[in-house]
Amino acid sequence: MNEPIEKMTPEISAFIEEWKSKPGNLIMVLHQVQQTYGYIPRNIAIEISERLSVPLAKIYGVVTFYNFFKLEKAGKYKIQVCLGTACYIRGGDDLLKALEKELGIGLNSTTPDGLFSIEAVRCLGCCGLAPVIVVNGNVHGRLTSKDVPAIIEQYRKQG
Amino acid sequence: MAIESHVLICGGSACSSSGSNNITAEFKKELEAAGLAGKVEVLQTGCLGFCEQGPIVKIMPQGTFYVHVKLEDVKEIVSEHLVKGRVVGRLCYDPAQAKDPHAEANIPFYKKQFRIVLRNCGVINPEKIEDYIARDGYKALEKVLFEMTPEQVVEEMKKSGLRGRGGAGFPTGVKWESAAKQPKGQKYMICNADEGDPGAYMDRATLEGDPHSVLEAMVIGGYAVGADKGYIYIRAEYPLAIERLQIAIGQAREAGLLGDDILGSGFNFDIELRFGAGAFVCGEGTALQHSIEGKRGMPRPKPPNSVVAGLWARPTVINNVETLATIPVIINKGADWFTKIGTPDTPGTKVFALTGKVNNSGLIEVPMGTTLREIIFDIGGGIRGGHKFKAAQTGGPSGGMIPEQFLDLPIDFGSLAKIDSIMGSGGLIVMDETDCVVDIAKFYLDFTVEESCGKCAPCRIGGRKLLNYLTKISEGRGTLQDLENMERISKAMCKASLCGLGQSAANPVLSMLKYFKDEVVEHVVDKKCRAGKCSKLIQYKIDPAKCKGCTMCARKCPAGAISGALKNPHVIDTTKCVKCGACEATCKFGAISHG
Ligand SMILES: Cc1cc2nc3c(=O)[nH]c(=O)nc-3n(C[C@H](O)[C@H](O)[C@H](O)COP(=O)(O)O)c2cc1C
Ligand code: SF4
Ligand code: SF4
Ligand code: SF4
Ligand code: FES
Ligand code: FES
Repeated sequence: MNEPIEKMTPEISAFIEEWKSKPGNLIMVLHQVQQTYGYIPRNIAIEISERLSVPLAKIYGVVTFYNFFKLEKAGKYKIQVCLGTACYIRGGDDLLKALEKELGIGLNSTTPDGLFSIEAVRCLGCCGLAPVIVVNGNVHGRLTSKDVPAIIEQYRKQG
Repeated sequence: MAIESHVLICGGSACSSSGSNNITAEFKKELEAAGLAGKVEVLQTGCLGFCEQGPIVKIMPQGTFYVHVKLEDVKEIVSEHLVKGRVVGRLCYDPAQAKDPHAEANIPFYKKQFRIVLRNCGVINPEKIEDYIARDGYKALEKVLFEMTPEQVVEEMKKSGLRGRGGAGFPTGVKWESAAKQPKGQKYMICNADEGDPGAYMDRATLEGDPHSVLEAMVIGGYAVGADKGYIYIRAEYPLAIERLQIAIGQAREAGLLGDDILGSGFNFDIELRFGAGAFVCGEGTALQHSIEGKRGMPRPKPPNSVVAGLWARPTVINNVETLATIPVIINKGADWFTKIGTPDTPGTKVFALTGKVNNSGLIEVPMGTTLREIIFDIGGGIRGGHKFKAAQTGGPSGGMIPEQFLDLPIDFGSLAKIDSIMGSGGLIVMDETDCVVDIAKFYLDFTVEESCGKCAPCRIGGRKLLNYLTKISEGRGTLQDLENMERISKAMCKASLCGLGQSAANPVLSMLKYFKDEVVEHVVDKKCRAGKCSKLIQYKIDPAKCKGCTMCARKCPAGAISGALKNPHVIDTTKCVKCGACEATCKFGAISHG
């Protein structure tokens, strides 16, 4: 697969400088990268490895250990389906099925047009609204599978 | 003009996501327009606990409680309630409030609650340190720094009998004492805000609604054990809590409550945030420390305990958010006051995230010793949709399913351990007869298998085996021998796993086998799932008396399993049926059912 090359932003560069001498900096730097690109691009990981003098193998060891860090770019609209207990019991898995059907893709994949991706998360702390999905940080709660097509349509329209 | 009323708008995570920010702005605009801007103050608070009914707006001093408030309702609340003093009945949670605006105290959801941890949550603006200070905030810190020696603080904590609310229930005073006894030098305080139990959000709500209470307690702890540095390890999935903490830390530094020479006492203490990254095992103390150190979050064998050699091998105290939020109140009101609340086994209160099949899902705080019946039926308003209670799970994936027979048991750390569950951190999930115990156990094992770090064999292999057995059973391929094997593996996991994750991962299975054996045996022997959840065991049937022969179902069936002539009763060939449920959803005459 062709790995996209991302440009290191000045913000991340400054962040690395700021954290360089602090112990335990790697995870905080990776958070910054994840937040900026939505994943950990390979060329950025290599650059971090050089600037923090951390072996690349260690970086990948950390990235793959933690669910929060992704190695692939998410869709323009990143859909997170909560499969925490509160959501599961109120039908979170039905929402997942409905999303998969609506978008024609499975969990942890992206639509061919790059617009939507689906991933599962364990509890977003909005259990009172269960079941919940989050699209690019916006919470949609108290859903049933019938609500799914309209939500997708709403984002599809925005393109 | 003096302030006469307050409009409290919930800015907790659930209400924010249903638009409470816009509602706040709208209130400010409408009050301005009505010329009330100087008389009525608008403030956005933390979670009011009633998340399911959000967005929530509360008018003080009357305590009128408006639910499901929409943007277009704001104008009416301002013009009716705040201008003319007439309660808007249609928006009240309790219609009785329309007549008696002081009826909040009578809302059953609040009546049995007792708030220590959540004392400020939903009362103050969490982004203003003045609000916290106005409610005795940082008074405990002042008392500790100027009137108490570190030894006296430790003594007071021991006397209070406070047990850690992160799940294990270890006495906080004892933990602090061990750390204080370590030789002088670099020590650390860590606040565990990883909140890994999926389906629990007590710590999130506390941090979002009252961040200063946790900061204050960490400084107190630092003073007591001789640490000058604190870390809050918080889930990256909680952006709002992170933001509020960052604001709070900034304000506390500015006010001289954090940093060097706090309040001129000569004591130094500062706090930094570290983000978790979605690994349940990182809630475990030693794994958490590895994560702060920037490594993979794997637990390590103990001893040495963290109080001896924790973060960067220095003496370290780890306390949970809720434990910490309780501490300033204990210092202010005294250990003797605190021990009168709750039970002798566990003094104080517990915050629960009450979710699942209850009517009033939300965040509650009750004295220890409250029964599940009071929580689920009085506060929670009973089971939704007229269904029947089946079980409650405390402790999340590390806890057990509690059957009906224990509804009247007063709950505390000790009593829950006796009935094969644990207190855990405060997730409380209610299940009804449409939930299947095998399915739930499978859900939890699926979680722990995925989250196991794989370091030790009992957890890595045992968990996988339990999950395989549960899958077999849910598909009708289980045997009675499997049940015995599961019990044996479970016990081995409890004994031989390295950390708490593996040691408790079998609890859902053990409680299932103990209290719901009938239902499990039914799956094995009768190949039947009474809840209709285990899809491989479901049989779809057409009732010939109700079927009109419209052919709709046959056309929808993806497996070609339905046959029948037009206007004649149809039948399902169960050997072809893939149990997709499409036919049942299609039939307009309710002729198709499953069981
Ligand atoms: C797998 C696992 C996950 C845990 N997750 C959490 C958690 O999310 N939050 C927490 O406060 N404690 C958690 N704990 C408990 C901590 O190890 C520790 O006991 C606790 O933070 C100590 O604080 P306390 O004494 O104030 O409860 C977890 C333990 C285990 C074994
Ligand atoms: S019990 Fe499980 S999570 Fe804990 S160390 Fe062993 S493998 Fe890792
Ligand atoms: S859709 Fe209902 S009424 Fe129509 S043929 Fe099927 S079972 Fe009979
Ligand atoms: S459940 Fe699905 S596969 Fe089975 S009969 Fe109905 S439509 Fe066909
Ligand atoms: S379980 Fe879904 S938000 Fe908590
Ligand atoms: S988030 Fe508003 S009541 Fe809980």
